[in-house]
Amino acid sequence: MGDQIRLLIISNFKTELRQQYALGGILLYLISTIFITYLSFGAGGLAPLTWNTLFWIIILFTATNAIARSFLQEGPGKMLYYYALVSPQAFILAKIIFNTVYMLILAFTGLGLYWVVFGSFIADWPAFLLNLALASLGFSVALTLISAIAAKAGNSATLMAVLGFPVILPMLLIIIRISKHTIDGLDWSIIIGDIGVLAAINLLLFSASLLLFPYLWRS
Amino acid sequence: MIQKNWWKILGVALLVYTIIAGLLGAVPRLAIINETIRGLYFHVPMWFAMVVFLIGSLVYSIRYLRKGNIQDDHKAVELAKTGLLFGMLGIITGILWANYAWGTPWHGDPKQNGAAIALLIYFAYLVLRGSIENEDQKARISSVYNIFAFAAMIPLLFILPRLTSSMHPGSGGNPGFNMYDTDNRMLMVFYPAIIGWILLGFWITQLRIKIKNIKNSLES
Repeated sequence: MGDQIRLLIISNFKTELRQQYALGGILLYLISTIFITYLSFGAGGLAPLTWNTLFWIIILFTATNAIARSFLQEGPGKMLYYYALVSPQAFILAKIIFNTVYMLILAFTGLGLYWVVFGSFIADWPAFLLNLALASLGFSVALTLISAIAAKAGNSATLMAVLGFPVILPMLLIIIRISKHTIDGLDWSIIIGDIGVLAAINLLLFSASLLLFPYLWRS
Repeated sequence: MIQKNWWKILGVALLVYTIIAGLLGAVPRLAIINETIRGLYFHVPMWFAMVVFLIGSLVYSIRYLRKGNIQDDHKAVELAKTGLLFGMLGIITGILWANYAWGTPWHGDPKQNGAAIALLIYFAYLVLRGSIENEDQKARISSVYNIFAFAAMIPLLFILPRLTSSMHPGSGGNPGFNMYDTDNRMLMVFYPAIIGWILLGFWITQLRIKIKNIKNSLES
């Protein structure tokens, strides 16, 4: 099981490196979106509340686009090949880990760019970065299974958004809330409770993904 | 006949009682809420019914994945549709009430938002079903989504409302359930109303499943 997961992650990265336009494409998507919002708002800058919400909306859309590809790029033949070789749990676990790394790269790049053009209102950097890391994990946990479902149903891009957004909304609300706390510089004792809730949601969706993926896999 | 259908008669009787006693019965006099307190019999049971039917849908989706009987999938989707119906009625009655009591139809109340997100999830479930041709694939993939979406909804229904403050009756210091609990006159109508609406929902679901089965057997 451990070996399978390790090999699958490596193979995911190899495929990714072989088609560099994929990561380049999504990075360009992120950069363009941030630059468009910057130009649209003008040089006046943002209020803290807008800054916070806008950042997370951009990350949400980037995540949906980035993770949607994770199953679409695997053709039916390749899926059958995997089906014969590895256990479904190893397969989904490898995908989730790969997507988390991918999301971490995108989220931190996004934060950097956003910071360059809009400045930052963050008072508590360690807490904000922890939240960003947990959010990357959360988006990848919630959206990987959705991307598998959307890929099975054929009608990809629209379906991914329609299925994914309501599922990710509760998590997004908590993330934005924690982020707001770190901007206001609230005490850790308040933030830690919400971080716990976020971690619990992640764990719940993670176990649900592991339990449910074998049924998708079979069809 | 009576032995098989007693629950339908009971449901109708309870609803007739709810409407008569709900509109004519005595209620406490409260500031702001006034007569809209009767919404307790017609708005709140919608949420109870919605949750019951969505949990029913979840149970049949799990059963389908475990046993693979296509009938379970039919039940899951019809229960979800009935749940959606009650959810929409709940939103509409809520909007009517909020327009008078809060001054705006949509107040950004966490319970309102939560209910709207729950509806989005189940509409997405129906869209997903519509986009798959193969009957078995449709059943399996949508069952997986049904269960996953329900797991994602748990924090929405049970954790988030407790974290955020709300003007909704029954939360925080607002007049709501806590006070109705002490008023026996209202409970005498409220509990039968919940059972009545749920029984009506089961009847609707049962009829829709029957129609679906008849259609399927005519086609094949």
